[in-house]
Amino acid sequence: MTTKEHANWSPYDNNGGTCVAIAGADYCVIAADTRMSTGYSILTRDYSKISKLADKSFMASSGFQADVKALQKVLSSRHLIYQHQHNKQMSCPAMAQLLSNTLYYKRFFPYYAFNVLGGLDSEGKGCVFTYDAVGSYERVGYSAQGSGATLITPFLDNQLKSPSPLLLPAKDAVTPLSEAEAVDLVKTCFVSATERDIYTGDSVEIIILNANGVRRESEQLRKD
Amino acid sequence: MYTLLGEELNLQITSHFHSSQQKLRSTIVITSRGCRSSKPSSPIFRVDCESVFDLLKLSTVDYQSLGISYHAMSCHVIMKKFLSRKQSEENGVFADMVSSQNESSLLSSEGDSQRTQYPYVTGTSVIGIKYKDGILMAADMGGSYGSTIRYKSVERLKQVGKHSLIGASGEISDFQEILRYLDELILHDNMWDDGNSLGPKEVHNYLTRVMYNRRNKFDPLWNSLVLGGVKNGQKYLGSVSMIGVHFEDDHVATGFGNHLARPILREEWREDLTFEEGVKLLEKCMRNLLYRDRSAVNKLQIAKITEEGLTISEPYSLKTYWNFAAFKNPTVGAEGSW
Repeated sequence: MTTKEHANWSPYDNNGGTCVAIAGADYCVIAADTRMSTGYSILTRDYSKISKLADKSFMASSGFQADVKALQKVLSSRHLIYQHQHNKQMSCPAMAQLLSNTLYYKRFFPYYAFNVLGGLDSEGKGCVFTYDAVGSYERVGYSAQGSGATLITPFLDNQLKSPSPLLLPAKDAVTPLSEAEAVDLVKTCFVSATERDIYTGDSVEIIILNANGVRRESEQLRKD
Repeated sequence: MYTLLGEELNLQITSHFHSSQQKLRSTIVITSRGCRSSKPSSPIFRVDCESVFDLLKLSTVDYQSLGISYHAMSCHVIMKKFLSRKQSEENGVFADMVSSQNESSLLSSEGDSQRTQYPYVTGTSVIGIKYKDGILMAADMGGSYGSTIRYKSVERLKQVGKHSLIGASGEISDFQEILRYLDELILHDNMWDDGNSLGPKEVHNYLTRVMYNRRNKFDPLWNSLVLGGVKNGQKYLGSVSMIGVHFEDDHVATGFGNHLARPILREEWREDLTFEEGVKLLEKCMRNLLYRDRSAVNKLQIAKITEEGLTISEPYSLKTYWNFAAFKNPTVGAEGSW
């Protein structure tokens, strides 16, 4: 007799995009495309999905843009508090744990954000952490998230000769490639993903972190 | 005998609602569509205007509160009365209704009263562009009530403080609410009296937070907003949607404007557009919308904001051309179609 009213709007939307990160022996590459879409429309062609959380931690997130922005804000302010309390920057593994906890905190109304955290650990080695929307995470040698992830991940598996996770002792997945080679590989990933994924394109923003600091590169992609 | 009509249930009370001597002490809530009682033990039904006034005349009840809002189609009444448990036994079917409501799933919506489920009076697209001296924005003056174009003089472009201009599409009443929020924001900014004033970037950020937080509470302001302005020579143009999605760009549009106007702007927008060129470009987009968006009306305003200040034009209409071959003979090449 009585029926519950169903909302005719969704609190979520997928604004698309792809994020990639690759860890090297003494560098880390974090990249994301700059297209923001909704449905079959493009909202804007140069929107950055990468956020600097700390000196040595950069997060690239795709998914629902409003949630991504809110997540970036929460982490930034938590980092500021950490700096006030500890008089130092958060390390990348510490930020990784914080991100996981922040995501799980909203386990029952999740941030629709697919994140890749990249940076340098306290030894200066590259580290990449990959997440799902509710905070489960893992340190890996490389990762892709977002709409083009399914196209990029198998390609990276092939090119970076990822060791089997079943090997004992666990083999480090950090790539022996040089920085220039890794950046080139990332560009290739995006060019390929752009061909087949409608939500990826316009341009790719690449952040390279190493002992000397941060460098930013940009490459144009197909706009269709 | 009164017939109480509800969207979800049709009820009839066979017993006469009449208690002239006794005070009514338990809670009955009658709400309109979209409103929900916040008390778990209250039933929900909708009463049409006539019967309510009859009810009022007959009973000497203790009203806690009485509110009436008129809807274009029918009269929705929100009323709280108190009925004692003893009373409810005597009132037969009425009491059954009271107690049965306690278990009904309508009550599962307790705690979420007054949520926006649908927009009612809506405005259509807003378009904004950056040009040489600042920002240009255009919006028509229509307020549609579903498929009826109910209002034709709705101002959807408004000034915000010294440096910003807001344009809204979507639910007009929610836009008026947003204007109240912004009014308070600007007021407090002015009260600081410190020589600073909120720029378009700040106002855009504020609006984004407001929209996102309302979305988090599952009670969105049903609007897509365009926010533009100039401060210290810096031009800014941004957009916020009802769920908090926001970005800034050289040209933005809401609703149908995204589909019909943005492609034109992508082809023809330039950094160094003059005012005249900018207006021509906006008019080209608005004309396109007029031809193809059924909720567009041929009465629009164009607003300009520069470092010097803001002007919103008087309403005017566009010249339209209906002699396109495709308009005249739409079925050419597909005989029998329409």
